[in-house]
Amino acid sequence: MKVLIPSALRSYTESSHAEANGATLAEVLLDLDRQYPGIHFRMIDEQEKVRRHIRIFINGEQVNALSQPLNATDDVVIVQALSGG
Amino acid sequence: MTMTRKAKKPAAQRKTTAARAKRAVVLVATRKGAWIYHGDAARKTWRVDGPHFLGHTISHLVLDPRDKRTLLAAAKTGHLGPTVFRSTDMGKTWKEAAQPPAFAKAPEGQTGRAVDHTFWLTPGHASEPNVWFAGTSPQGLFRSADGGITWAEFSTINDDPQYREWMGTAQDGTPDGPKMHSIIIDPRDARHMYFAMSGGGVHETLDGGTTWRVLINGMEVVQGFGLDGTNPTCHDPHCLRMSPSNPDRIYQQNHCGIYRIDRPSDTWERIGKTMPKKVGDVGFPLVVHPRDDNTAWVFPMDGNSVWPRTSPDGKPAVYVTRNGGKTWQRQDAGMPKQQGWWTVKRQCMTGDTRDPVGLYFGTTSGDLWMSRDEGRKWSCIARYLPEIYAVEAAEL
Repeated sequence: MKVLIPSALRSYTESSHAEANGATLAEVLLDLDRQYPGIHFRMIDEQEKVRRHIRIFINGEQVNALSQPLNATDDVVIVQALSGG
Repeated sequence: MTMTRKAKKPAAQRKTTAARAKRAVVLVATRKGAWIYHGDAARKTWRVDGPHFLGHTISHLVLDPRDKRTLLAAAKTGHLGPTVFRSTDMGKTWKEAAQPPAFAKAPEGQTGRAVDHTFWLTPGHASEPNVWFAGTSPQGLFRSADGGITWAEFSTINDDPQYREWMGTAQDGTPDGPKMHSIIIDPRDARHMYFAMSGGGVHETLDGGTTWRVLINGMEVVQGFGLDGTNPTCHDPHCLRMSPSNPDRIYQQNHCGIYRIDRPSDTWERIGKTMPKKVGDVGFPLVVHPRDDNTAWVFPMDGNSVWPRTSPDGKPAVYVTRNGGKTWQRQDAGMPKQQGWWTVKRQCMTGDTRDPVGLYFGTTSGDLWMSRDEGRKWSCIARYLPEIYAVEAAEL
């Protein structure tokens, strides 16, 4: 499926979009890391929590659980939350 | 038996070789990136290389003195998680660590810790090439055995209940989180190490991290709050420096003054009481002379009332002792005489090994200062950088 990558992480992907596969959000993010090593830890901490300033949307709905099931046609958007004014 | 003799190099070639051997490099880590300053042999002109990682907060940028080519940078941004970058060509190219420092995943139902940033980097013992140590916030101790490519928790202290209590929580440390720092390896024995926690006291191992002991005797705590001086939690060492010429002598800049310890004694002596009363002995950085264990430099900070964290009275100055802390002399030639409200953080002051020693410090207002004569005169060699978080000197 297609994943929109925020600007802060495009140093990994060198593109605004990436293709990744998986049956859950966790699997998709790990697939991204296989392709772009290091990108996962910048978004997800070692306790498997989405980092404070990262938001992930599936088909327009914000998702917090990495166990969220996904379909191959789902639209995944990763957003770097612009906090701090 | 065959004897060989090295051919003598031509004078011009010898000169070039000597100049190359003494090329100074100053590594500057800031809130918004890193810069590398390459000096000439006389340390009079500087070529700037940077920014590296523009927009990243770089807490520490360190060159491996064992191979003089591996650079590690502790990095994060305001929005992304922490990582470590590595270069083996003096910053021409960087590669991210495959496994940055990270705590173990907590068992189901328990709350685990997550590294917010790696704060401190220390190259390992000369006998252990590629070994590095890292201190993090929240406080944790990590080790790499492959030159910073992969990191793992070191020792058992990160999960030790007693140490976890001493490490405190986000409310117990410095404004941007408690910090493990001043990881020091005894050059005579790789198994003998120290580290400090801000807050959480000073700790020592003699067996390579299997067991640790607390080293806080003689250190004072903030008065008036009923703090227990025997509890490491109540101690806030800001910076420890081992004397390069005498590893048994360690200096400490603490929240509550300047100290010195001469091992095997286990008691710190407060040597900052001889500082001028109007200046006091609060501060963060400390540098020890590479060949004279009686000489050390500090950069005092205003620690009165609400802790402005500025130079006392807006008059920045370095203070030097030449007798192990019995007396101190002010060194401010070249610095602002008034209205200088910056200060110097704990990793932001360092020295080289030349004779006379070159001293370097970076300020909270983004200026890089140096002295070529052990602090007698100071000059600003770079202005308008972001807030400086660390300064390291190296010689190539």
